[in-house]
Amino acid sequence: MIRKISGIETEYGILVRGAEQNPVLASSILINAYLQSVSAITGWDFIAEHPDMDARGAALSDVFPPEVESHLVNAVLRNGSRYYVDHAHPEISTPECSSPLDVLTYDLAAEEIVRRSVAAANQILPGDSEVLLYKNNSDGKGNSYGCHENYLVDRAVNFDDIVQGVTAHFVTRQIFCGAGKIGVENQTQRRANMPTNSFNFQISQRADFFEAEVGLETTLKRPIVNTRDEPHCDPRKYRRLHVICGDANMSQTATFLKVASTCVVLAMIEDGVFPLEIQLLDPVKAVQTVSSDPSLRSTVEFRNGKAKTALDIQRQICALALDYLSQNIACIGAESAQLLARLWPQILDSLEDRNDFALRTVDWIAKERIVLAYADRHGITGEDPKLKLLDLQYHDMRPDKCLAGRANLDRLVDETLVDLAINEPPEDTRAYFRGKCVSKWPRDVVSANWDSMVVDVGGGELRRIAMSEPQRGTRDLIGSLVDKAVTTNDLVRLLGDD
Amino acid sequence: MAERIQRKSNSSVESSEVATESLSSDSDTGQRLRAELDDLLDEIDEVLETNAEEFVRAYVQKGGE
Repeated sequence: MIRKISGIETEYGILVRGAEQNPVLASSILINAYLQSVSAITGWDFIAEHPDMDARGAALSDVFPPEVESHLVNAVLRNGSRYYVDHAHPEISTPECSSPLDVLTYDLAAEEIVRRSVAAANQILPGDSEVLLYKNNSDGKGNSYGCHENYLVDRAVNFDDIVQGVTAHFVTRQIFCGAGKIGVENQTQRRANMPTNSFNFQISQRADFFEAEVGLETTLKRPIVNTRDEPHCDPRKYRRLHVICGDANMSQTATFLKVASTCVVLAMIEDGVFPLEIQLLDPVKAVQTVSSDPSLRSTVEFRNGKAKTALDIQRQICALALDYLSQNIACIGAESAQLLARLWPQILDSLEDRNDFALRTVDWIAKERIVLAYADRHGITGEDPKLKLLDLQYHDMRPDKCLAGRANLDRLVDETLVDLAINEPPEDTRAYFRGKCVSKWPRDVVSANWDSMVVDVGGGELRRIAMSEPQRGTRDLIGSLVDKAVTTNDLVRLLGDD
Repeated sequence: MAERIQRKSNSSVESSEVATESLSSDSDTGQRLRAELDDLLDEIDEVLETNAEEFVRAYVQKGGE
């Protein structure tokens, strides 16, 4: 088992009120408006981008990997994160974090960065035009955008073992980290069953969009387990499991549990202790079966002929994972381990009767409650634009318009820490080195990516600094060296001496 | 960062446990939740966009990822 260095990338839904819709332009204005007010660097180095590499072997000929868009704005921020236009959405990738609590903190910092971006962009936009952003994953009309997670995994693990182990968790974890949605999309594909309520309310934003168990695509024929093989670090030692099946969460508890539970499942797979019998017969059908049933009573079939509810499967995974974690806290660190051990069983116990804790921690349950109460008060039955608006505004990034912000959701991270994380990188991954260099030498860092940085050492001479170890470049290892260097020339010389 | 978060996460553990203990019964919790929800519903129309049908129709995104 290796430390689960991890991160989240979130694409935000974007709309401009009072202007023609051009989401690529709007996303560019948004990000550039933010960049004008902070020091950052705008050179992303695409040398290591290979989205066509497949973890199952060489690039396959019949798949459609995402294209690399190198011409759009693409910045590296002082906290080590990447802020860019991806397709037609603004997207932030958090820096590499050494614990799920840090991932949550940087995901919240990303929310604050996009809020500040909106404020800056609205100053620039003509007249009464304003940018609106939504942290969700679907427009309700068949178009989806992602919230992806990334986990560092030992290269020695067979990729098939990862697929076999992690799939049941990905299918069932939505019962605590689904963000909830009214309506069914993408109905051209085979559908297990329709939601069991008159509002067509389902648990997950994303479940409708998964059509394969495993594959390379992210925009077409989406797979539950994505095989993109871009480690962004030493490929002989590591892989980066790129997870595309999750919803973006408004609940801090949901974000934390989504990442922390997945980290521990992956650590168990690395150590060969995740039980092989937890394998679903038809995972794609099961994703929709689970999402379609907020009563949580539907069962999904295993390959061995048995059938269980998603809740029972999660209870089994949770018990095994917490038992493992008690002996292996190093996979996510003591603080996150302690919190996971408390919150995971508690959230599972809260779901069936939707108790107080579920209402404060589970996005789909908090949203469902608002929708049902509003429908009840106004005598609305069936899908209705007002209810769909409630669904959308649950994810509104304007604090005064965000319904999640009014749902009394629990907070796990203090706001002062989130404020700090807007401009300070995590101290215990290579993001520290990246962020500190961007902060100290914004003009001399010519470009950066996850695993290297190019600096101008004077007179136009460029040097590439390799960062292939995610747990090096930390404050402990290079903090004093970066502090001591006055110029990037000093930096390169000191790194050479080190 | 990790150390600072630890302090906060411990304090939030304590505060939520205190909050849970202070609720003497399920019916008290139920009443409080109902009151919170009623407050939310009372003010929600001021929060929502004015023309729901038009707004929801106009919210069209390009697929991402």
